[in-house]
Amino acid sequence: VSLSALVLHKNDNVATAVRPLESGDSIDVEVADCAVKIVLLQSIPFGHKFALRDIGRGERIIKYGETIGQATASIKKGEHVHLHNVEGLRGRGDRP
Amino acid sequence: VNFMGYRRRNGSVGTRNHVLVFPTVICASSVADMISRAVPGTVSVTHPHGCGHLGKEKEHIIKTMAGFCSHPNVAGVLLVGLGCELITPELIAGEIAKTGQRFEILSIQAEGGTNATVEKGKVLAAGLLEEAAAAGREPVDISELIIGTNCGGSDTLSGLTANPAVGVAADILVTEGGTVLLTETPEMIGAEDALGRRVADEGIEKRIREITSATEALAKRAGVDIRTSEPSPGNKEGGLTTLEEKSLGAVLKGGTSTVRQVVDYAEKPAEKGLIIMDGPAHDAVSNTGMIASGAQVIVFTTGRGTPLGAPIAPVIKVSSNSGIYRRMKDNIDINAGDILDGEASIKTIGERIFGEIIEVASGKLTKAEMLGHNEFAIHSLGLSV
Repeated sequence: VSLSALVLHKNDNVATAVRPLESGDSIDVEVADCAVKIVLLQSIPFGHKFALRDIGRGERIIKYGETIGQATASIKKGEHVHLHNVEGLRGRGDRP
Repeated sequence: VNFMGYRRRNGSVGTRNHVLVFPTVICASSVADMISRAVPGTVSVTHPHGCGHLGKEKEHIIKTMAGFCSHPNVAGVLLVGLGCELITPELIAGEIAKTGQRFEILSIQAEGGTNATVEKGKVLAAGLLEEAAAAGREPVDISELIIGTNCGGSDTLSGLTANPAVGVAADILVTEGGTVLLTETPEMIGAEDALGRRVADEGIEKRIREITSATEALAKRAGVDIRTSEPSPGNKEGGLTTLEEKSLGAVLKGGTSTVRQVVDYAEKPAEKGLIIMDGPAHDAVSNTGMIASGAQVIVFTTGRGTPLGAPIAPVIKVSSNSGIYRRMKDNIDINAGDILDGEASIKTIGERIFGEIIEVASGKLTKAEMLGHNEFAIHSLGLSV
């Protein structure tokens, strides 16, 4: 059986698509051995991420159970999570 | 768990039995290459170093060359120099003599030119080969094994399939008493908490934060925003959003065990278990550093595909997806893409990688070895004139 998306840690609020997914698709993902269904609000390219729950502006994005950045806009469950709504907190060459 | 290795006079153990023809300075590179080509069964490297290094850089290059030339995968080394260089064959010979390594030395100015040096080098190299042929493999406990982990040409799947699978293999190796090196400091930025939670003592956590901060500071000093190149444009296109995300996927290669020590580039670990080596993310440079630190086998993950090998140590290539495995089958040893195809779990692939490490350590050739990939590069501290 080919997988659609992977969640790597029980605390994660994003999943990673492991095949191209279409807007409106209902995706089964496994979070800490529990099956969760997410309806996609946007198409998600292969390898990209989508939100597992609503994420508020300024909230941390969690993958691998760790912080990978913070939301620069509010993100709805099923929405694409990438450069347009996330910023990294490290290596900030733009800050003194 | 045992593997079949070469026990050297000083007690260290090799997974290969190479005779190395090593130029201590770039001026001797072609001559070293000519000797090696004339004596099949030997291996040679080229590099741009050996002269003009200042202070700390000089010590750093000597340490790396000496670690490489005295490596247990090398039965004997022919050191070739020019005569007027900073890092002479005699200097490296003095370092490696401390380890009991078998060596010969040769200088082009003293021999009187290319032809005379090559002729004498052929005789010396053939002699070293004859001696090396007397060595045989014997069962050795896996606690004698150091593997280096590396990734290059990564894609967004590397952190989902290949890296965690190598992490499973790393954890098995550590449980069995072996040693795993994790390097590429730029790809630890943002993973300090993940690593810092499992350290043998607080000093190690502090050291991890020091080396990543130093890398961030280096980019700032150069007036660049590290985020313009990390993640790379290709990484971002593939779905990696931030530096932290890339790092957290990269450090999975080291597994989940306790970090026992942080060593410098090419420094030999004093501990067994999981060791962090401070170093850059350049593939061939980090491989060379880990080998100089004592790694006898490298495990290398790739998503976009790379042919990279190393001159004296086998490099096991693990692909993150089945597409690149099919397209570059002559370069890749194990496909972790099976995980996404639903055909295998991360644990299954990890166990397969561990099995492959034992077989390769015992003599099975990797794809990079079959093809003759011998990429070699030493980290420069930028202190050469």
